[in-house]
Amino acid sequence: MAKQSIVPFGPQHPVLPEPIHLDLVLEDETVVEAIPSIGFVHRGLESLVEKKDFNEMTYVIERTCGICSFMHGMGYCESVEHIMNVEVPDRGKYLRTIWAELSRVHSHLLWLGLLADGFGFESLFYQCWRMREKVLDVFELTTGGRCIFSVNKVGGVLKDINDDMFKVMLDVVNGIEEELKVIKKTFLFDYTVESRLKGVGVLTKEQAHNLGAAGPFARASGIKMDMRTTGYAAYKDLDMEIVTSEVGDSFARCEVRIGEIFQAIDLIRQCIAKIPAGEISTIVKGNPNGEYFMRLEQPRGEAVYYSKANGSKFLERMRVRTPTFANIPGLLETLKGADFADVPLLILTIDPCISCTER
Amino acid sequence: MEIKNPGNVLVEIEHGTLLGHVMAFKNQGLRLSQICCAYSEEKLHLSYSFANDDTNEYTNLRLVIDKETPVCSITEFYPYAFLYENEMKELFGVNIQMINLDYQNKLYRINEEAPFIKK
Repeated sequence: MAKQSIVPFGPQHPVLPEPIHLDLVLEDETVVEAIPSIGFVHRGLESLVEKKDFNEMTYVIERTCGICSFMHGMGYCESVEHIMNVEVPDRGKYLRTIWAELSRVHSHLLWLGLLADGFGFESLFYQCWRMREKVLDVFELTTGGRCIFSVNKVGGVLKDINDDMFKVMLDVVNGIEEELKVIKKTFLFDYTVESRLKGVGVLTKEQAHNLGAAGPFARASGIKMDMRTTGYAAYKDLDMEIVTSEVGDSFARCEVRIGEIFQAIDLIRQCIAKIPAGEISTIVKGNPNGEYFMRLEQPRGEAVYYSKANGSKFLERMRVRTPTFANIPGLLETLKGADFADVPLLILTIDPCISCTER
Repeated sequence: MEIKNPGNVLVEIEHGTLLGHVMAFKNQGLRLSQICCAYSEEKLHLSYSFANDDTNEYTNLRLVIDKETPVCSITEFYPYAFLYENEMKELFGVNIQMINLDYQNKLYRINEEAPFIKK
């Protein structure tokens, strides 16, 4: 047996935008085990339910993460709306869906850039982030914010999008789609990219299921799971096919996420074509009393929002289970047998969001 | 797109029957979606959520216990439950025993004991 050594990885590492620590047990240069350690950015956001009422909590939950901020607010509001039997007006549902899918586009472009940076393809990184900037411009135009929008409220949304803004939005997503077709060729057909991604960090369908993987990470292993099929917001009115791959390696994760950007752009177009006129929110009276588990599909996968209320304006409990939390066990499995040099790339392939995970 | 949303199902269970229920769900091929804890009326309310990804059914086992009552870990059946269980143990002080990877209240590195229990 080769000599074993333990190499600490993180919490600070050039490839990690956020802190996570792994103790990597190596035999020569092969990883045989990885022991995770988190907790460097735990903020205890959930405990703020004691001090912020259920309306103010929307803004707290949005601050869970800077990438999927909008969807956190949306998931929380939907959980409270279920408890209170509040029906959001259709236009409000469509607006939520549009911002959610734009968030998916910007999150996946961000991830593609980080991946390119991870395998040393700097110009590809710049191209992806340049495209992502355009999505942030649309956010700024429609909400006033580029990172945290604060447009969700219990009962609907706070801002409407007018026809001129929709026209700009369409131009932007059409442009991104054309540019992505070009960039896709590099991600999926360039020899140097293939050599870093193909066959690396394979997670089989059975392993993904047994380890509770979620989102593109699970879909790249052939698991046809997508919370949008539960029909929340406006998804029940839209046509989409779940993007999957059967291969389960890092390349498949990249392929699935690229496919999901095209899918998100299509969903945005469908929403703009179908969005009805009318109110964007409904008046909510009283306080919530009851509990609900709301599941929605974030860019990284299934997120669970649990709200428990007792009839007062303060919730008893608010809990967010983020997709990265669910994907850490799967990540540990992909690391087993991997080359030490591939570890940073494999961590990137789950699209880790540590501030989400620790809240 | 085919929409399937049967909604949440809540099943209240007795202390001591948790592992039997979890084993049954494991045998049915359900995915452990999440575990969380809430503190209400001086009791711990543990929720174990299981998803059927073919039908989108979402079943939640609810176990209500006193603060000191020991609960057996379910990592025997769902090894990846260790993160959820460590979180509950550290934030709420749930007395979970036999976790396959026990961080000994150092998952989030909080100095305060059971910070999510209202004092």
